[in-house]
Amino acid sequence: MTDISYVQHDKEARFGDYIALLKPRVMSLVVFTAFVGLVVAPDPVHPFVGFVAILFIALGGGASGALNMWYDADIDRIMRRTQSRPIPEGRISEREALAFGLVLSGISCVMLALATNIFSGLFLAFTIFFYVVIYTMWLKRATPQNIVIGGAAGAFPPMIGWAVSTGGISVESVAMFLLVFLWTPPHFWSLALFMKADYDEAKVPMLTSTHGRRVTRKNVLVYTLVLAPLAVATGFTSIGGPLYLATAIVMNALFIKGAIAIYSRTEVQAEADKYAVEKRFFYFSLIYLFAHFAALLAEAGLSHIGLGVW
Amino acid sequence: MAITRDSDLHIRRFSRNAGLGLVLLAFVGIVFGLTIAKVERGDKMEAYDHQPRTSVLPPAPADPAKEGTAQ
Repeated sequence: MTDISYVQHDKEARFGDYIALLKPRVMSLVVFTAFVGLVVAPDPVHPFVGFVAILFIALGGGASGALNMWYDADIDRIMRRTQSRPIPEGRISEREALAFGLVLSGISCVMLALATNIFSGLFLAFTIFFYVVIYTMWLKRATPQNIVIGGAAGAFPPMIGWAVSTGGISVESVAMFLLVFLWTPPHFWSLALFMKADYDEAKVPMLTSTHGRRVTRKNVLVYTLVLAPLAVATGFTSIGGPLYLATAIVMNALFIKGAIAIYSRTEVQAEADKYAVEKRFFYFSLIYLFAHFAALLAEAGLSHIGLGVW
Repeated sequence: MAITRDSDLHIRRFSRNAGLGLVLLAFVGIVFGLTIAKVERGDKMEAYDHQPRTSVLPPAPADPAKEGTAQ
């Protein structure tokens, strides 16, 4: 009997390749912020329902990651950072990634709607649509402000978490949205300043190459200055409190200080110390976001045991 | 030793199939868990089933005029 094995064996997709399509690292941010959004919301959620909700929000985020890799396969083949993804490596075909992303999008939205409420399911569907159609297909390749638009997609999960509990939107959930939304540009552009990525070859407009590094530094500062008062003001909403307020004041003071340092440097100075200030600002931005959401979580915990202040 | 030799394809795809099997089992577990959680919370379990039933009809609006004559 002859074997019809014309498939290249070393390129066959393994289970891990499908996991890689879901962008697990992005998913961890989605899980964390959606969890905080759900826990700080006023209406209690059954623990198992909450767990399932976070799971399907994460799956929806993963599905949009797979759809993003389907659409951006041409870019991913060119850029060194993304060449080892499953589609450029030829382990998963583009059609298969598209089908995988669409099916998981459907499952996650329907399951979230059934497990919690219709509004949350629709909100998740909108988030996937926003990330895949508005960001990936439309604006990513059209404007150097693409990071800002992509940031909006990444900022929806805490709002969905809130919607799982309350079935709607409120000032608090919009505040959490703005926190992630306005944090993304300084976070990403500080990375773009020291990571000489090959976006130019892939023809993706990045602020550093379309408007230059001087403008990028200015943009980091402007977004940080807009972010700071909003981050602190969140402390005066029902999800805030003295602990959050103290955290926000310290974190934002440091963040503004770092942004001013980035703004006042020239490229020559940055080259001289190998972008030490930019790198420090980027790593601090991760701590910044984590600290804010951890403080919100702590405030929810305090008010749960009767120590909430407002 | 097994009587039949496993097909090469089956050996290569074992990790993928095992992974998918576990995912499907987990999905069954989730749906079952959700059922338990919703029953515990006392959610409405009946829905429209192509036949009108009094248990799922909205309560009739109180008619003060009728209430008066009935007594």
